[in-house]
Amino acid sequence: MLFDALRESLLQQIAQAEHPREKAIDVMCEIQKHYGYMSDEAMKEAAGLLGMTPLELEELATFYDFIFREPVGRYVIQLCDSAMCLINDYETIRDHLCARLQIGMGETTADGLFTLLPACCIGYCDRAPAMLINRKVYGYLTKQKIDEILDKLIAEAKSS
Amino acid sequence: MYPQVLFQNRKPDRIATLEEYRRSGGYEALRAVLQSKSRQDVIQQVAEANLLGRGGAGFPAGKKWALVPDDAPFPRYIVVNSDEMEPGTFKDRVLIHADPHTVIEGIIITGYAVSAKKGFIFVRPSYESCAVILEREIEVARQAGFLGDNILGSGFCFDIVVHRSGGRYICGEGTAILNAIMGKRPNPMKPPPYPTVKGLFGQPTVVNNVETLAFVPHIMRNGAAWFKSLAATESAAGTKLYCISGKVNRPGCVELPMGVRLSEIIEEHCGGMLPGSEFKACLPGGASTRYLTPEHYHVPMDFDSLKAIGHRLGTAAIMVFDHKTCLVKVTLNLMQFFARESCGWCTPCREGLPYMRDLLERIEYGEGKEEYIPQLRSMSQHLWNAYCALAPGATCPVESLLTFFEEEVREHIRQRKCPFK
Repeated sequence: MLFDALRESLLQQIAQAEHPREKAIDVMCEIQKHYGYMSDEAMKEAAGLLGMTPLELEELATFYDFIFREPVGRYVIQLCDSAMCLINDYETIRDHLCARLQIGMGETTADGLFTLLPACCIGYCDRAPAMLINRKVYGYLTKQKIDEILDKLIAEAKSS
Repeated sequence: MYPQVLFQNRKPDRIATLEEYRRSGGYEALRAVLQSKSRQDVIQQVAEANLLGRGGAGFPAGKKWALVPDDAPFPRYIVVNSDEMEPGTFKDRVLIHADPHTVIEGIIITGYAVSAKKGFIFVRPSYESCAVILEREIEVARQAGFLGDNILGSGFCFDIVVHRSGGRYICGEGTAILNAIMGKRPNPMKPPPYPTVKGLFGQPTVVNNVETLAFVPHIMRNGAAWFKSLAATESAAGTKLYCISGKVNRPGCVELPMGVRLSEIIEEHCGGMLPGSEFKACLPGGASTRYLTPEHYHVPMDFDSLKAIGHRLGTAAIMVFDHKTCLVKVTLNLMQFFARESCGWCTPCREGLPYMRDLLERIEYGEGKEEYIPQLRSMSQHLWNAYCALAPGATCPVESLLTFFEEEVREHIRQRKCPFK
């Protein structure tokens, strides 16, 4: 069950739209901010708020890259693997991330901190190779830079 | 240094403020339009300026707006496409980070031109920073009286909302974007009816790219003749945001006269090829365009000039490859992109793209056969039967790879490995 304050804030957002369904992605993203992913229960409840059937919402949830129907780590890494990153050392970056996190693409670390996902061109070709972590962009990646980013996030997670 | 229109207020480290935009003449066009121009005046001036859609298709903006009939029902909508998922393309992101108010003013004037009541800016999730900037600056514009009810005392009411996407390439397609905003599965819809007649929520809707609309205030303020004079070639008009990536010294986004030569863009505006790199090929306008080769090195980069030699300007996202880059590998990567991003609605696209990807994969990894080449060619043709433009666009790099670099493909097959490894 969604907690009351979240449900209230979602209902307010939906009320601002001319058509509730417009807000489907926003509602799912907002729920994910609190729960990490869209559970079956969350899907049912969100669909109810939006005036949609759970199946109609499922059509969207399974379509979009940024909606997760399975649990993900606290930090979701989306590594761009399109052409400009490819010719700018993408493979080295991917291998380093996998080795450092000890997971393959599409997997989550055992401690639940990181999920590593492939991403289609994220629009930062001038800063290739690039990746997003929880939608924040990191460009000009090198092995050293990745270590620094991961160390910082691990420290951040420990301190909170 | 060429005249800067969209980037005149661009700063190295921050976003231009409303005050800075206004000091450069910002929102004067809106005031003048609301005071003394009819909606037809605006459409006519933009049509005369020959403003072609900057999202890739190059459709004349004025002509598109004129497709909304005078007696069309209300409410009418504007959809501003900032999905920008074409590989290599990042100009809209740079534009929004440079001077968001030229985008906002452009949307308001366009709203007036088609008597719309609301504009939706569609932003992809990896551009969350753009969504935040736009939401903030829309509020700034609203406080200044440029948005909302009775704008500048004219009686015109219009507002803009930012619509965040969940992230898929097909959402940038001109009809899929409507389904996406309506909270439906974003499959494309084959016209007719065209969105200008029956679009968002069944109402008349104009869909334009961010860069296209950002030019509108400048055209209204300085005139159609001025806009046309900005271009480097006779038939082109205006400036263009070219975004260049790949094997050049300074990848980035630059505003140049439409029709500047490819060689000039690479050598003068991107610092030339990387040391030790020779120009081998580029994709001139994203992944859905054909490779240009050294024989095209001096081609003027505008819609007509590229069309004349059988190519397309697309989004003017120039991806530059050097002599050390394996183009089979690059093309395989592009097909992987398209196969993943197919919405799955129609069979040619859903089944054809993975098939072509597999053939290219076998060639790249040493399992290629001679017969794959004619197979790839015929598949490229079949995919033009797809429901929307995604699959035909996807065949462009493959078809042009076989046209211009067949020998490189054959070398993979002969050596039973990638010759670049």
